[in-house]
Amino acid sequence: MTSTPYLLPPMYDEFRAVARTVAEKELGPRAAEVDERGGFPHDNYATLVAAGLHAPGIPEEYGGDGVDAIAAAIAVEEVARVCASSSTVQTSNKLGVVPLLLAGTAEQRQRYLPEVAAGEALLAYAISEREAGSDVAAMRCRAVADGDDWVLDGVKTWITSAGVARYLIVFAVTDPEAGSRGISAFVVHADDAGISYGEPERKMGLKGSVTREVYFDDCRIPGDRLLGERGKGMRLALGTLDHTRVSVGAQALGIAQGALDAAVDYVRERRQFGRAVAEFQGVQFMLADMATKVESARQMVYAAGARSHARSADLTYFGAAAKCLASDVAMAVTTDAVQLLGGYGYTKDFPVERMMRDAKITQIYEGTNQIQRIVMARQLLRTR
Amino acid sequence: MALRIVVCVKYVPGATGDRRFADDLTVDRDDVDGLLSELDEYAVEQALQIAEARDDAEVTVLTVGPEDAEDALRKALSMGADKAVHVEDDDLHGSDVMGTSLVLAKAIEKTGYDLVIAGMASTDGAAGVVPALLAERLGVPQVTLLSEVSVGDGVVRGRRDGDAATEQLEASLPAVVSVTDQSGEARYPSFMGIMAAKKKPVESLDLDDLDIEAEEVGLEGAWTKVDEAAERPARTAGTVVTDEGAGGKELAEFLAGQKFV
Repeated sequence: MTSTPYLLPPMYDEFRAVARTVAEKELGPRAAEVDERGGFPHDNYATLVAAGLHAPGIPEEYGGDGVDAIAAAIAVEEVARVCASSSTVQTSNKLGVVPLLLAGTAEQRQRYLPEVAAGEALLAYAISEREAGSDVAAMRCRAVADGDDWVLDGVKTWITSAGVARYLIVFAVTDPEAGSRGISAFVVHADDAGISYGEPERKMGLKGSVTREVYFDDCRIPGDRLLGERGKGMRLALGTLDHTRVSVGAQALGIAQGALDAAVDYVRERRQFGRAVAEFQGVQFMLADMATKVESARQMVYAAGARSHARSADLTYFGAAAKCLASDVAMAVTTDAVQLLGGYGYTKDFPVERMMRDAKITQIYEGTNQIQRIVMARQLLRTR
Repeated sequence: MALRIVVCVKYVPGATGDRRFADDLTVDRDDVDGLLSELDEYAVEQALQIAEARDDAEVTVLTVGPEDAEDALRKALSMGADKAVHVEDDDLHGSDVMGTSLVLAKAIEKTGYDLVIAGMASTDGAAGVVPALLAERLGVPQVTLLSEVSVGDGVVRGRRDGDAATEQLEASLPAVVSVTDQSGEARYPSFMGIMAAKKKPVESLDLDDLDIEAEEVGLEGAWTKVDEAAERPARTAGTVVTDEGAGGKELAEFLAGQKFV
């Protein structure tokens, strides 16, 4: 038998088998309930921690599993395939872990990452504001130096895991006159004085994840909480997203695969006009297109994962492209899955309507797909 | 004193696959994915729990099977076992419980052991006698079908739940025990465990290494073999009982006739 470097080694099948077993045995059966009741799924978080799937990819020296970004993507994909809400535990942690790995001092990494790897602490990433979404640099949250301390004031919006996370990576303006070069990153602890949270957002999907505003009111933190250099926050934020978009792509990919699997199961069983609807060519054409889209998204996500692991210069392009493609595929495939299930697909008795609602956010968060296309075009048009 | 635990595991064809017999009436594994027998996962789990309760234990997983059987060992190593032994030899093809237990016993002796843990049966052959055969061949006590097991002071203790009584049993080490599916859910391998397993040794042995002659094992050495196998007959249409006043009676007669009630 010949082997080719383009196929993943068998170890990745082992990763997938483990993640799929946990997902199908434990997370899948609770997915509808998690969506229905809303809020952070503490039961599924405990399951993910017990299985070691809550924060894939933390280096071994910090007590993590040390897997590469493709294996980590497979973990997210398999969880999202049955319960997208639960996979936000992984994507939320990733958003906190990456800035620590990219810019944290040895002390900072050692201070926070082992707790995350052990499942004791969940991380959140606080960058967006009401008037600063795509236009990140328009943020107004301030951090003012006071002696050795920093004092934060402002509001962060749409913060995943806010109120549950023990630590938040917060971006704030330290030098207003310096524009995007006047933003810095900080680690804020949930028990710091001066931090509070808004009411949970009432969302269309990902209802089993908690999203709230975070208020900083005279929130004083010690000087060693500055993450990376003062003024380099914007760069760190964008560099982080290059990596984490692989995770969002994997999440979207998993949602799409879950919807495809549900649709395939359904059309084989559902009979109309005296035969299984799978026998109708119109249905077959839809399935073939859906499967091709899902697989192309998978190839793109893993290709981006390889570049994340290698920290390649073209990760910026690949991360944006993978997230963009996979989330557009997730929206298209979940919509078609609802179509294939017909009236049943539109009800909560079947999982595809939930998957369609969950898919939508992947086109929006960690940079809307319009922003992704700007990022991609900018890379393409750069002087070579 | 270190505690050397050997866990016997089997690589079995997946239960959902399309299982068939080959021309020599052994199981045709070509088109069926295999896996670590679920009943053996309980044995691995108990071994790991015993090992975790002390700091001087070493868990070796042992299998006898074809090349792909290494998957079963990998899974057990990913769960947390320390090392693995794989006995593989073309002459083993068609071995029954006598041949298998002979090979296992020799491999266990070669590896060195204080405690052998096995599952209650395999999920494919399901004879359930290998633990007893092993104890006989090794000349050590056997305590089978335990739902609870612990080790201390050179003794293995366990609980066997029977229909009429629950027995508390113990045996001096070295010993062979088997554990049931009531002994506690087996853990999932973690990503960390899969990564760690890559660095764990898998020792490969053949019949020569164990001083076993080819005719003692395989189809030739088997005490039992399959003489004939027939496809399961296709499922026939069910019986429809139409209620025309006496439906209840007819239904009861059908159930009684088929000995369902």
